[in-house]
Amino acid sequence: MPEIKVTPLGAGQDVGRSCILVSIAGKNVMLDCGMHMGYNDDRRFPDFSYITQNGRLTDFLDCVIISHFHLDHCGALPYFSEMVGYDGPIYMTHPTKAICPILLEDYRKITVDKKGETNFFTSQMIKDCMKKVVAVHLHQTVQVDEELEIKAYYAGHVLGAAMFQIKVGCESVVYTGDYNMTPDRHLGAAWIDKCRPDLLISESTYATTIRDSKRCRERDFLKKVHETVERGGKVLIPVFALGRAQELCILLETFWERMNLKAPIYFSTGLTEKANHYYKLFITWTNQKIRKTFVQRNMFEFKHIKAFDRAFADNPGPMVVFATPGMLHAGQSLQIFRKWAGNEKNMVIMPGYCVQGTVGHKILSGQRKLEMEGRQILEVKMQVEYMSFSAHADAKGIMQLIRQAEPRNVLLVHGEAKKMEFLKQKIEQEFHVSCYMPANGETTTIFTNPSIPVDISLGLLKRETAIGLVPDVKKPKLMHGTLIMKDNSFRLVSPEQALKELGLAEHQLRFTCRVHIQDPRKEHETVLRVYNHLKGVLKDYSVQHLPDGSITVESILIQATAHSEDQGTKVLLVSWTYQDEELGSYLTSLLKKGLPQSTA
Amino acid sequence: MAAHLKKRVYEEFTKVVQQQHEDLSSKKLRLTKPSKSAALHVDLCKATSPADALQYLLQFARKPVEVESVEGVVRILLEHYYKENDASVRLKIASLLGLLSKTAGFSPDCIMDDAINTLQNEKSHQVLAQLLDTLLVIGTKLTENPSVRMRLVEVACKHLTDSSHGVRNKCLQLIGCLGPVEKGVTKEAESQAAKDVQKIIGDHFNDQDPRVRTAAIKAMLQLHERGLKLQQAIYSQACKLLADDYEQVRSAAVQLIWVLSQLYPESIVPIPSSNEEIRLVDDAFGKICHMVSDGSWVVRVQAAKLLGSMQQVSSHFLEQTLDKKLMSDLRRKRTAHERAKELYSSGEFSSGRKWGDDAPKEEIDTGAVNLIESGACGAFVHGLEDEMYEVRIAAVEALCMLAQSSPSFAEKCLDFLVDMFNDEIEEVRLQSIHTMRKISNNITLREDQLDTVLAVLEDSSRDIREALHELLCCTNVSTKEGIHLALVELLKNLTKYPTDRESIWKCLKFLGSRHPTLVLPLVPELLSTHPFFDTPEPDMDDPAYIAVLVLIFNAAKSCPTMPALFSDHTFRHYAYLRDSLSHLVPPLRLPGRKLVSSPVSPSITPHEDPSQQFLHQSLERVYNLQHLDPQGIQELLEFTIRDLQRLGELQSELAGMADFTATYLQCQLLLIKALQEKLWNVAAPLYLKQNALASAAAKQILEETYKMEFMYSGVESRQVVIIHHMRLQAKALQLIVTARTTRGVEPLFGMCEKFLQEVDSFQRCFISELPHMQGSFVDKLLDLMPRLVTSKPSEVVKILQTTLRQSTFLHLPLPEQLHRATANIIEPTGESDNPLRFTSGLVVALDVDATLEHVQDPQGTVKVQVLYPDGQAQIIHPKPADFRNPGPGRHRLITQVYLSHTAWTEPCQIEVRLLLAYNSNRSKASAKIPKSTWSESLESLPQPENGIEGTIPFSKPVKVYIMPKPARR
Repeated sequence: MPEIKVTPLGAGQDVGRSCILVSIAGKNVMLDCGMHMGYNDDRRFPDFSYITQNGRLTDFLDCVIISHFHLDHCGALPYFSEMVGYDGPIYMTHPTKAICPILLEDYRKITVDKKGETNFFTSQMIKDCMKKVVAVHLHQTVQVDEELEIKAYYAGHVLGAAMFQIKVGCESVVYTGDYNMTPDRHLGAAWIDKCRPDLLISESTYATTIRDSKRCRERDFLKKVHETVERGGKVLIPVFALGRAQELCILLETFWERMNLKAPIYFSTGLTEKANHYYKLFITWTNQKIRKTFVQRNMFEFKHIKAFDRAFADNPGPMVVFATPGMLHAGQSLQIFRKWAGNEKNMVIMPGYCVQGTVGHKILSGQRKLEMEGRQILEVKMQVEYMSFSAHADAKGIMQLIRQAEPRNVLLVHGEAKKMEFLKQKIEQEFHVSCYMPANGETTTIFTNPSIPVDISLGLLKRETAIGLVPDVKKPKLMHGTLIMKDNSFRLVSPEQALKELGLAEHQLRFTCRVHIQDPRKEHETVLRVYNHLKGVLKDYSVQHLPDGSITVESILIQATAHSEDQGTKVLLVSWTYQDEELGSYLTSLLKKGLPQSTA
Repeated sequence: MAAHLKKRVYEEFTKVVQQQHEDLSSKKLRLTKPSKSAALHVDLCKATSPADALQYLLQFARKPVEVESVEGVVRILLEHYYKENDASVRLKIASLLGLLSKTAGFSPDCIMDDAINTLQNEKSHQVLAQLLDTLLVIGTKLTENPSVRMRLVEVACKHLTDSSHGVRNKCLQLIGCLGPVEKGVTKEAESQAAKDVQKIIGDHFNDQDPRVRTAAIKAMLQLHERGLKLQQAIYSQACKLLADDYEQVRSAAVQLIWVLSQLYPESIVPIPSSNEEIRLVDDAFGKICHMVSDGSWVVRVQAAKLLGSMQQVSSHFLEQTLDKKLMSDLRRKRTAHERAKELYSSGEFSSGRKWGDDAPKEEIDTGAVNLIESGACGAFVHGLEDEMYEVRIAAVEALCMLAQSSPSFAEKCLDFLVDMFNDEIEEVRLQSIHTMRKISNNITLREDQLDTVLAVLEDSSRDIREALHELLCCTNVSTKEGIHLALVELLKNLTKYPTDRESIWKCLKFLGSRHPTLVLPLVPELLSTHPFFDTPEPDMDDPAYIAVLVLIFNAAKSCPTMPALFSDHTFRHYAYLRDSLSHLVPPLRLPGRKLVSSPVSPSITPHEDPSQQFLHQSLERVYNLQHLDPQGIQELLEFTIRDLQRLGELQSELAGMADFTATYLQCQLLLIKALQEKLWNVAAPLYLKQNALASAAAKQILEETYKMEFMYSGVESRQVVIIHHMRLQAKALQLIVTARTTRGVEPLFGMCEKFLQEVDSFQRCFISELPHMQGSFVDKLLDLMPRLVTSKPSEVVKILQTTLRQSTFLHLPLPEQLHRATANIIEPTGESDNPLRFTSGLVVALDVDATLEHVQDPQGTVKVQVLYPDGQAQIIHPKPADFRNPGPGRHRLITQVYLSHTAWTEPCQIEVRLLLAYNSNRSKASAKIPKSTWSESLESLPQPENGIEGTIPFSKPVKVYIMPKPARR
């Protein structure tokens, strides 16, 4: 039985380090190649030795697919391709290919330059790695080799995020990566057609959450910012450079535009400027509004948002500043925070989750006095707000995607085991499909029932359809033909053609059967009785009484002779060809039951 | 060049000849007819290859065919059809047959048999489909004939088994368009087609081709549209189609389900996988709701739209559409809406400024959470959050329609609508504001909701702000804090966008009159009065102060205790505002002190009857006293006109009526005055220079009649007759004056003739009204018509003069509603002393903002005129998109006018005004009057400086100071 095997090397019942191995119809595909934020040792990268101990990876993997540019989905790529060694194709979408190296470089800098690690990949490795990347367009079917093809679908989440369909013959797998089923200010919602894959591998970050409407959150956010600015206060929004930051920028920019506000908005420079450039470039990947209006004005060419300079933090008057990093643990955002924390007119808005131990987490949990480096005590008087702007699908969204794609099996990754359990149960209950949630290193095997395409000759098809009634989708139809399996292909042709092709002579195969009937009458009378009986039973067939005393039913011949020993017993000789097997056997069984007495 | 000119001349010459050809008698045309089909025949015979034949047919198709020759052509085409082997040529012939049978006036029943016969032996599917299409055309032309329809349907049924989707498609279309709708006719039972068409179509719901499935559903819908009652059995079939793979099928299926839900709302259907049963309309509602989260946006729009019209659905299901149970980590979480509501009811206001404010509370049972609901759950929540704004707009519209019919739903959907005020697309925001206004009767805004609504007042789009003002006009607010909040925000808006002044005042007027009890406790604070100390008198010209006063005075109207809280200057300001902004400040019953300063306001009691009575009485008086001495009539008319004008000023409801009649009487007065002139008796040459009065009167009457005809909305044909009659009289007067003043007879001939033509056309246009015009000018004139036609101009003039004098004047019946078109230019204000500087030769854009009232079709008629000091006039046609329609009968023009001029030495003023263009052919009553009469009669008069042909200035001109500077080199 054909099967699909899935082994998560990362992201199995876990968030981070996404890396999933799929073998489908003899092809091996690696989905994502991420790093884990929580570890600084070997565990941060997936264990590639699982794939092969001593061979080259290239021999074992047919291709690698990267769903989007977040580091937990692409962070291990240079390590994998340059240090472990992989020379095969790597597929990602155009925006991902553009932005991914920026993030990798940033990641490298922080690890090597700041933390002083050695034995890490170099800038050159990132460049070499990116040379192996093949960029794909949305809905473009890419032939990896003769059998394996992949296709990207829009996934929302971040710019360039895609879901991938991997297809070999009739078997297919869809990998969602991270996706978002509700549109936001700069991206649309994920969409997939009814592709009915054998397996859907879905993320499940928010498996147990049903989220409120986005509008309320947006409105709250805007209202808070607006009120603070009107009061003359300063607003600090710590963000990570890519993704949510752009959404919030668009949100504030349009709001400023709409409300005619004058207070300046700043964005701390660096990474972002480069990234914004790509956002401007890949307009087709954004949502309806931005796509429609970019002819007049590209929304990412911000009118109100300017680059931030360190000196601006001391300027009087209201302002809004976006600063990195998002958890207030270091860098510019922390500096600004320290400057502004003392004034109760100011406000800090945390737009995302904060890891324990960071300043962000402390202030969110209500701490008002912070101990900074050098035993300084910083009193936080400014207002602290939390706004969740996450771009993952919630439980409903996941269900909606499953409904759209109609998979035969579902496999959950990228989430916590406990939450997955709930969703798994729901999926099985509502869609009646089996659902899996393997842990890292655990292999799930899914048996598929692929349909095998067979070429049928047109002549045969026409002949056969001509016999039957109107084709009906609901009912299977019986056909007669010869299946030729040759050169890895299947063809259904008429028997004559098959004989001709294979150079074989036709052999007639005839079944003959004798049926004994107790009938004292003369032979021809018996024949007549049999004839009448058959005619009565087989209304749809042509039953003929031939002058030579035999009966034909279609092409089946029936002859009656008196038994040589017992004149009261008549022997009916029934003979049919192999093709008429069905009717012939039916006829014999009919005759064996004997003739009805009523006619006697 | 010369050669070119020659060629041109030659071309023109040949053109003339051709025209003559066409103008020849119809006999000639008939002669050419057989040759047309013959030519086609010859052409087709000549054709050596199918490609040639196709070419001939294509050429042939470009020319129209006369009705009489259609049949011949069809025969020839059919003949070739049978001979032709190439499918493409046959296809073209088949399509030509369809085209030909569409020819107006041709009855295709004679070719129907042939067309059906061609189907017999046709092998090509494409040609078959085309032939069926032709049959469809024939069938639609012969819908009256049931036997033809029956036959065609039979043919279609026969071909339904075809293997090509195109053929099946056409067959279904044919059945849908022609299938028998009326049932119970015995004849049908005999024939084959009596097989239930619905069943036949229904069988194709499961066709293997999606296009055929779509066609089948469409055919079903077509049958429904033609009046066949669809069977309920189809419902379950249609439900299955909702899960189809193809969007067009799903989209059509949604429609079908909606149709069925409207047909059988109350029937009971079982819920699969349970023993329960629900009403069909509820079930259908649930299913369509489900489609709001479909994968294809076309289907989503379709579904969202249809939801709005399902008003029979039970409230339980309806309210589910807004329901979305939130959870976080498997614990129940309250929505932001619920939290806001709770905060509000607990008396706290926005306390939740900490992380975890929305922390989930109770644990929920994992089994009870239904992630994919079968019902309507959250349909609108999804629809309103959709990615495509088309879907969002459709969802808002649907919400609006449902909320209008269900108050409880209206209350529930409020939160969601308020959220939509922050949509990223302006259209959606605007739509949701309008929606909210429409349902505002059913709702009361909570404070937090009001807060969100008011936040939008700062929007930079004027449309949004004005829509919001309109909304606030009809909103119910629950608390006095709410009112205060609204006032504060409106004043903020006022300072930020001073141009919104009028709109904000109006908004406060309604806000005040709707909530008198809520305003009452706020009054001391708003007026900043103090129990012991006198506070300084506020500035009367401050728009913000006026805004506050408008609110208070309107509230005071139904709250008699309020004036006691006013301070002295408030009363003075009241008197001032009552006079200057009478449309915003209502008459108040103030305690009888210090009211001397405002004598007008209390004296006018808002009773409609007396003033209306007055109007009618004064008119009666005028109409009855016909035989007074001329002096008396004149005086009476003058007084009545004065009365009416004053009445119009005082009673805005009657203004249109009063003005209209006053204008009419004015015309009459002018006519009488002109005829009273002594100079008629003097010999012609003597008063050459004295005719000014009479001709001026004639001119003015003409102008006034055009105003009467085109500037008032609600004018009926009865009035139009009288107006035209008055115009005719003016023209007669003109004729007489000219006859008297010009020497020689020749020019008079033409004029007389033209006048008689006009009388004639008047008679033709208003023949039905003539009986009502006994004793009038026209009545007498028509009696004398035979004499007039034969007599000389001088005699005509004499007759006219006597008739004009003897004729009685006509009673002007008043229509129910009459409104005068008015325009008011808000911007530019004309107050600026700073000239608008620009470089000469370049353009400068001037923003023009005007309100128009009671203008029908402003897009077509309203123009902007710019008059330069050098007398140069420019007329600008605003774009249709520049007109907005904030309410019935009101329009708003917001446009830009481009100015340009050569350099001036110093700044100077230009005039901007609005014109109402009219076209005498536009109104149906005057359709027959050739346009030339108007322009020519104008030509004979000195051209007025500000009048433009066919336009009436209807706004006060506004002066704009501009200064084109010479270009710097």
